Amino acid sequence: MTEPAFGLGGRRAPAGGWRTATVREIDHPTPRTVRVRLEVPDRVDHLAGQHYVVRLTAEDGYRAQRSYSLASSPGDPLVELLVERLDDGEVSGYLADVVEPGDELQVRGPIGGWFVWEGDSPALLVGGGTGVVPFVSMLRTAAELGRADLLRLAVSTRTRAELPYLAELQAAGAVVLTTREPSGIRPPGRLTAADLVPLWEPGQDVFVCGSTPFAESATRVLTGLGVPAPAIRVERFGPSGSAA
Amino acid sequence: MAGPTRGFLGRSRERDPRLPPGQYDTGKDWPVLTAEPTPRISPETWSITVDGRVEQPTTWSWDEAHALPRSEYRGDIHCVTTWSKFGTWFAGISVDSLLDAARPTGDAHFVMATSKTGYTTNLPLEDVTGGKAWVVWEYEGGPLPVEHGGPVRLLVPHLYFWKSAKWITRLTLMNRDQPGFWEQNGYHDRGDPWLEQRYQGD
Repeated sequence: MTEPAFGLGGRRAPAGGWRTATVREIDHPTPRTVRVRLEVPDRVDHLAGQHYVVRLTAEDGYRAQRSYSLASSPGDPLVELLVERLDDGEVSGYLADVVEPGDELQVRGPIGGWFVWEGDSPALLVGGGTGVVPFVSMLRTAAELGRADLLRLAVSTRTRAELPYLAELQAAGAVVLTTREPSGIRPPGRLTAADLVPLWEPGQDVFVCGSTPFAESATRVLTGLGVPAPAIRVERFGPSGSAA
Repeated sequence: MAGPTRGFLGRSRERDPRLPPGQYDTGKDWPVLTAEPTPRISPETWSITVDGRVEQPTTWSWDEAHALPRSEYRGDIHCVTTWSKFGTWFAGISVDSLLDAARPTGDAHFVMATSKTGYTTNLPLEDVTGGKAWVVWEYEGGPLPVEHGGPVRLLVPHLYFWKSAKWITRLTLMNRDQPGFWEQNGYHDRGDPWLEQRYQGD
C-alpha cells in the first residue's frame, strides 16, 4: 500500500446548507419504505452516494433530524430520498405516515465526501436491503453519463417484495440475491464469495452499504476474495445487531 | 429559522437533561459506524505513538501501555448521527499519561489521531488534556469489541464520537489545525455536541 486509505489533502465534496424544500411526490414502493421527492431551491448538486439531513420541528420548537441517502442523480430536477420506516421511528414514521405533497421540509445537503462515486472509475456495489439507495443514485448517474459499463451491482434482500427499486436494479443488470426465498439462480442464503466472483475485477472501488451485520459479512467475503481493504468503502445503518 | 413542520409532534418532551440538542437515547443498543472494513489487530502488533510537536517522541507497546496508570470513564457518549448512549464504562489510560511522557512543545495546539486503518481525526490539544480523553481497551469490564474499535480506541466523550478514533495507533501533535477524514468530508473541526457542531460552518 503506497498511501493510506484515508489520505489527507483530498478534494472536498460539494456541501450545501439548510434549505426549505417542498414535497412534490410521495409514494410507498414497499410496505416498509417511503419515497419522497423534493424540490430544493438554490440546490447544490450532489455526487452519487451523498446524503441529506431532514430536520423536523414541532410547534414548541422541539426538533429531530436524521440523515438519508439520496437515490436521485445530479441531473434529476428533484431530490429523491428513500426512507425505511423504523419501528418507533420518530422521523421515518412522520415521513411515511404524515407528509403530503406541498408540505415543506427543512433539509440540508449534500453531505459526505467518502461514500461517493464520481462517475469515472469502475466500481463494484454491494447492497443489503435499503442499502441499495445510494447505488440507485450511482446507477442513475452512470446512465446520465453514458457510463453504465463501469458499475457492477450485487444486492441482498430478504424477499424480492421487500426490495425498493427492484425493477430498476434488475434492468441495470444487478444480481439480486434473496435470503428468505428461492431466487431462481441459487438457494436462499447470505451473500457468498461465489456470488461476487463473477462481478469483482481488480481496479474496482468497492462500495458496501447495508445494516451492520450485512456490512460486516460482506466486507469479510470481499477481503476473503482478495479485495484490498483500502479499496472498500462501507456505509452502515441501523442497530449494531450484536449484544455489545 | 424556519417555523414548525406541519403535523410533526415528535417524541415525548420529557427530555433527559443528559441529552444534547438534536440527540436521542439509543438505550441498550450501540450502533456501529465505520467507513472501512473492520480490521483484525492483535495486541502483540499494536502500539501507540505520540509524535510531532513533542520533545520526546515515544512509542508504547501493548504491555508498556498497560503498565501506565489505569484510568476509567463512566458517563455518556454522543454520535453525530443523533444517538446518545448513557452510562457507559470504559477503561484504559488517560491521554495525559502519554503526553506527560512525550512533552508537547510550546507551539503544539492541535492533535491528529490516526488509526491502523488510516482513519484520521483532528482535535484541539486542550480537548485531549486535563482528564478529558483516554486510550481505552475495556468496555463494561471486558475487552473492547473489535467493531467498536477493539483492541484499543481513543475516547473523547465530550465531543461527537467520530473524534474517538477506533483502532488508534498514533497521536501527532501539530501547531496548526488540519482536517482529518470526516472533517475533510464536511464535518466540524471540533464537534461539541452541546453546541451541535455537526458540520463545517455550524
